[in-house]
Amino acid sequence: MIPPRFEYHAPRSVGEAIALLGQLGSEAKLLAGGHSLLPMMKLRFAEPAHLIDINRIPELRGIRLEGQTLVIGAMTTENELINSALLQAHVPLLPEAAQMIADPQVRNRGTIGGDIAHGDPGNDHPALSIALNASFVLEGPKGRRTVAADDFFLGTYMTLLEENEVLCEIHVPAFAAGTGSAYEKLKRKTGDWATAGCAVVMRRQGGVVSEVRIALTNVAPTALRAEAAEQAILGKELSVANLQAAADAATAICDPAEDLRGDIEYKTAMAGQMVKRALVKAFGRCA
Amino acid sequence: MAKKLISVTVNGRVHEKAVEPRTLLIHFLREELNLTGAHIGCETSHCGVCTVDVDGQSVKSCTLLAVQCDGGQVDTVEGLAQGGVLHAVQEGFYKEHGLQCGFCTPGMLMRAARFLQENPNPSEDEIRMGMSGNLCRCTGYQNIIKSIQYAAKKLQESATAAA
Repeated sequence: MIPPRFEYHAPRSVGEAIALLGQLGSEAKLLAGGHSLLPMMKLRFAEPAHLIDINRIPELRGIRLEGQTLVIGAMTTENELINSALLQAHVPLLPEAAQMIADPQVRNRGTIGGDIAHGDPGNDHPALSIALNASFVLEGPKGRRTVAADDFFLGTYMTLLEENEVLCEIHVPAFAAGTGSAYEKLKRKTGDWATAGCAVVMRRQGGVVSEVRIALTNVAPTALRAEAAEQAILGKELSVANLQAAADAATAICDPAEDLRGDIEYKTAMAGQMVKRALVKAFGRCA
Repeated sequence: MAKKLISVTVNGRVHEKAVEPRTLLIHFLREELNLTGAHIGCETSHCGVCTVDVDGQSVKSCTLLAVQCDGGQVDTVEGLAQGGVLHAVQEGFYKEHGLQCGFCTPGMLMRAARFLQENPNPSEDEIRMGMSGNLCRCTGYQNIIKSIQYAAKKLQESATAAA
């Protein structure tokens, strides 16, 4: 399969990329890792007249610590997340979860920013970003703006990112000492999207959950923050009844699409299971 | 659409070619350079038969544009054997019967060779994870694992001998 014809552009700076987006409008698509876009183009689900390849923009890559915030360039690959000593030390959920995404070859190309900006509810970084309380730096002709992961995802393939903007950075708060986290992803095989997934970031005091964020992958048109589930477990012990209450609150907001991975009832039930597993694992990792 | 002139070093040799932007790396290798070792399988970046190295990293060449490799270095299975001597992973697949029909083998060899540079002394689990982007429909993978273990041992022995 060969993609449809297009003009290829390879800007060397974010400014150049934004100028191209301005000129070419809705005819253009940004090319990040390409492991969603190129297959979609082969299948004629997408036929952009122009591809703007942002792989040659050095300022979009790399991971640094600024105060208590990890600043991750949008074009940082999954493999770079996995191997980042900074992330392993300050946000261990990201390198751990990135290992559950796709396969080694794809992780050499696939980027955190592409995974987020694509707006596919099957992607893993949307729920991870929500659980991590991340924010995204978007740059357009009028400059930069920062939006919370909580507000970014509007629908399947729909996000707050405007046609003339580039997602430049992902900002993730460094974990406070004692924070526990987990990502539980049920998948049929390597390279598959989640049947259901759950990301949890948590702190505890004694035997009680003192802070928690819970987010779900691929069980609705977007990644979901499960706020009612958070409330169900906040200030409580991780008893069987409390875990079930959190899982029930999470499954109540699920609205999955039936596909080869399962029907609606199965996917919803599995979301509940992933919530329980992630809560138990994250709790066990709290100090 | 205007063709783009690209310069790519493939197995150590520089090639300058004008390509359509939509030309995938796998088609560039097979049709422009006549390097048909890397195969075309699923075409959706799942099966791994098209695996080659780009700038020292394993990639699936069915999901990369040739223009993206402009100025870069590509290594394919044709470059694995040196001076008529099989690479350790090729020898391993031969000795341990790591193939039956052979269709997945070029991708397996390229991924295995790169994987053993990333992790020279892997456990069986690490091999399985490291090779998880390559599918084989014949062998049940057991002999592929053994082949890579053979190659790891051989590479370690030659490293020790050289030291």
